[in-house]
Amino acid sequence: MATAVVTDSGERENYLNAGHGPKSWLLTVDHKRIALLFLISITFFFFIGGFFALLIRLELLTPAGDLVQSDTYNKLFTMHGQVMVFFFLIPAVPAVLGNFLIPIMIGAKDLAFPRINLLSWYLFIIGGLLMIYTILNGGVDTGWTFYTPFSSEWSKTNVISAIVGIFFAGFSSILTGLNFIVTIHRMRAPGMTWNRLPLFVWAHYATSIIQVLGTPVIAITLVLVALERLLHLGVFNPSLGGDPLLFQHLFWFYSHPAVYIMILPGMGIVSEIVCCFSRKRIFGYKAMAMALLGIAVVGFLVWAHHMFVAGISVYAALIFSLLSYLVAVPSAIKVFNWTATIYKGSVTYQTPMLYAFGFVGLFTIGGLTGLFLASLGVDVHVHDTYFIIAHFHYIMVGGMVMAYLGGMHFWWPKISGRMYPEGWGKLAALIVFIGFNLTFFPQFILGYMGMPRRYHSYPPEFQILNVLSTAGATILAVGYLLPMVYFMWSMRYGKPAPPNPWNAAGLEWQTHSPPPTFNFDEEPVVTWEAYNYDEMGEIPEKEEVPVAH
Amino acid sequence: MFGHLPLWPENASTNAGNVDALYIFLLLVSGIMTALIFAVLTAFAIRFRKRRGQRAVQIEGSTHLEITWSIIPFCVMLVFFVWGAVIFFRERTPPQDATEVYTVAKQWMWKFEHKGGQREINELHVPVGRDVKMIMTSQDVIHSFFVPAFRLKQDVVPGRYTTLWFRATKAGTYHLFCSQYCGTQHSGMIGWITVMEPRDYEAWMSGGASNQPLAVTGEKLFTELGCVTCHRSDTQGRGPNLAGVFGKPVLLEDGRTVTADENYVRESILEPGAKIVQSFKPVMPTFQGQVSDEQLNALVDYVKSLAGPQSGRPANANGMAVATPQP
Amino acid sequence: MHTSRAVVGEPAHKNPALLHHFVTEEQQKNAASLGMWVFLAQEVMFFGGMFCAYLVYRYKYFADFGSASQQLDIRLGAINTVVLICSSLTVVLAVRAAQLGKRMALVFWLLATIFLGLVFLGIKADEYAEKFEKHHVPGASFSYHELLPGQEKLPAAERQYANPRHAEMYFSLYFAMTGMHALHMVIGVGLFGFLAYMAWRGKYTPDYYTPLENGGLYWHFVDIVWIYLFPLLYLIDRHR
Repeated sequence: MATAVVTDSGERENYLNAGHGPKSWLLTVDHKRIALLFLISITFFFFIGGFFALLIRLELLTPAGDLVQSDTYNKLFTMHGQVMVFFFLIPAVPAVLGNFLIPIMIGAKDLAFPRINLLSWYLFIIGGLLMIYTILNGGVDTGWTFYTPFSSEWSKTNVISAIVGIFFAGFSSILTGLNFIVTIHRMRAPGMTWNRLPLFVWAHYATSIIQVLGTPVIAITLVLVALERLLHLGVFNPSLGGDPLLFQHLFWFYSHPAVYIMILPGMGIVSEIVCCFSRKRIFGYKAMAMALLGIAVVGFLVWAHHMFVAGISVYAALIFSLLSYLVAVPSAIKVFNWTATIYKGSVTYQTPMLYAFGFVGLFTIGGLTGLFLASLGVDVHVHDTYFIIAHFHYIMVGGMVMAYLGGMHFWWPKISGRMYPEGWGKLAALIVFIGFNLTFFPQFILGYMGMPRRYHSYPPEFQILNVLSTAGATILAVGYLLPMVYFMWSMRYGKPAPPNPWNAAGLEWQTHSPPPTFNFDEEPVVTWEAYNYDEMGEIPEKEEVPVAH
Repeated sequence: MFGHLPLWPENASTNAGNVDALYIFLLLVSGIMTALIFAVLTAFAIRFRKRRGQRAVQIEGSTHLEITWSIIPFCVMLVFFVWGAVIFFRERTPPQDATEVYTVAKQWMWKFEHKGGQREINELHVPVGRDVKMIMTSQDVIHSFFVPAFRLKQDVVPGRYTTLWFRATKAGTYHLFCSQYCGTQHSGMIGWITVMEPRDYEAWMSGGASNQPLAVTGEKLFTELGCVTCHRSDTQGRGPNLAGVFGKPVLLEDGRTVTADENYVRESILEPGAKIVQSFKPVMPTFQGQVSDEQLNALVDYVKSLAGPQSGRPANANGMAVATPQP
Repeated sequence: MHTSRAVVGEPAHKNPALLHHFVTEEQQKNAASLGMWVFLAQEVMFFGGMFCAYLVYRYKYFADFGSASQQLDIRLGAINTVVLICSSLTVVLAVRAAQLGKRMALVFWLLATIFLGLVFLGIKADEYAEKFEKHHVPGASFSYHELLPGQEKLPAAERQYANPRHAEMYFSLYFAMTGMHALHMVIGVGLFGFLAYMAWRGKYTPDYYTPLENGGLYWHFVDIVWIYLFPLLYLIDRHR
């Protein structure tokens, strides 16, 4: 490593100690600092959304609606969904890990448009403030899906402020995607060809395409709903000549690809982790990259599988059912390839790898249940029941959130310059895994038994499964709180991290932990393929952690 | 709670068994796949854990494997697709002479009206072994008619009719849920489907206050609202003669042919200018705002009754033909 | 593995416009261009949602849309179309002036573009005002009593009127689509004001005029949206 820059106080200059005070953070254009700004923001919203979830599960302990009133309950599940989808799941990996790592992974000094990156964060904050206003001013009860005419005419809650908040969050998402696309196309260091890109970068490239092309559609759709509410236009309102199904088509045209915005970055993370902790290149690099792009493209063609019983024609339903099976194929390929990557590897089980294993297992289950839903005969029965809720939580929480946590642990040394406590990390991963399955597996059964979703009260025969689910939720909450605590603890008391504590491949591990403001002391020139684990040694044992510098 | 298997609802319709069979097949295949992947992952994780002196073997990939494990899963999925599609097709094709029940959903109750005029709220009596077709609309927001024991649901949309048909196979009382979020009392918009043996059902139908059959109510409205002035049954009036119209193709003045189903009749009353029958002038006034959903149902049923015996009514894949391609 | 400084493309002198995170001016220029194209792609999707709604209802309420469309002033619409096309020409001339290093000409053409944009917005405001007067603005005070296209040829007693609810749907979409377009025009005018100021300050040279190119791309896009709006909103059913 070339000589590093040293600050006045004698320590090595890095992005954390370069400049102090609120202005240096709030007006930063350093992608790494912006990533941390996002980290704080989305963590905040994760706990708000999680708090609503806890209240929901508490209410559902008993069949009667006795904890909160019906209207309150309707607001709880609405805001849980909106906050989690738009203010946590969509931005979490791209705006935190993507922002931090992509320039470093491709050997660049920053993203293509650093000021637009900062603008993206401010737009997110504005949207978030509007969401908080919505919550404090009495909430919104339309469901996160905003179906008309309920949302445009009948709901008496803060629909418009929620819509505007989501609009801003969406704009933030678009700008992030735009920035990533241009960065990946134009800012790669010499020698970093497309075929040498880490799959984490490919995943964000595919995600960004969806963000840029899909998000504007929901933006304009929600704007039309807001205008309908304000000015009594009739675009989606049948009593004024409009068509409520048109809303559903436009809404799902984005919201289905949106779930791929949420999961593709997670898949990128898993590829990085699995390779590092098996000491192997990924099995089938090209297939994995193509699968990411394939999911992104075909994901735009399946939206009406959310509408099989909405009143669309049988023929439309058949087409969308078939296409939905098509989109499952690249996902399956990825699961097989990760498994094959471990074959003949040299596997260790640090916390990131535990989360990666958890992802592969739970994503498999969640994805398989998607096959149930793509099948028209079964979907008619389980649509709008807890089966659907279980399905998407398996993918979003069992998949996405576990990948996110895995990535946070994997790159924490790089981001903070500290090691997290490994024992606690493993414990938290285990608690999360157990709590998650206990929470959501019973919901598959509940759904097939017929318990509809968004129900405040329910027939008594559904109680025992609900109680199990709530028990799991409390365990899951503990599992999520633990990393919060020990990550913060590690910033003060954690072991200082070396540049490459995992001996991992990838440009981000070739620079200091934490990186200097301009990422590298000298611009890298890449002459090796991705995942060159044949040239890397073993993972350092616990006792061997080299001294940080 | 243990009256039925705790894994799925009672099986009370001809459709339910088919859905359960597909579900069990999906469970089996998914279970095997899950077990397989879990087993392989575990085996690899143990077999290939880090050992002193043993390095990982770098494997580029295998195009053969990629193709194999793309094609085989897709073929299995095609089985799921076809099986599910067949069930769906049957679900959406009501039999020719199903007994019809009109449904109006509103926040937050279900209103049913039988052809004989019997009205029910939140409870629906049907006989075992007879095909029943629900013709449903909503007064306000989107609801959804869901009977887990039948494995059936259909969204109920304001501004149009949607249909759902079933044949109950077992007497008993089964949950009816609204399964499309519709506001405050969404989880209270529940009821019961009471399936009765045919004899009990006849007794129930004839009991209670004498009801006016729906079509008779419709006929009365037809006169009161003045429809009969133009839609004459003797000579050609200013409007088409409606005898025998229902269920048959109608030629419109712009050249299109549509089938006169429930949605067509409803639209003709509320938005007469939308489809003009060939060689007639667009002079029919709209009755938007002058008729309730229940009155519309009665009028639709009256027009239906003018078609004579119920043969020849096309029952196609949507339960009613879609007159124009729906989005 | 080791790292070493790249030597490809090092400029002999650093253009002050070169930002710190780019290695060469060419890289910066390419990045900016690609960024604008990606932005325009998402703008297409944004307007696309409204076009989709328009197409659905145009098909459903075919004749009523024809009737409502005839309430618009086709001459004003045509003038606006010409105005916008000319403004795209002035944009191109501005970029040309920058390429040739002609600062005053550049500023002139930018101001001409702004002027034409304001003309467009002024005519639009006039059209909106007329719609207000005739109660064709959707909402509580909407009222519509006009014939369907071609009905004036029939004797008075047989003439069919358009369905006011469907006409209101047309105007909802008319105001939403042209309103959103006008909003983008306003942003464009503001953007060009900024570009004109920077041009007057001498920031753009034959070596560096990327903001003009990309601003021009944005303006051309807004123009193209209008090229689609005009026939769909003004010219349907005019043959009858």
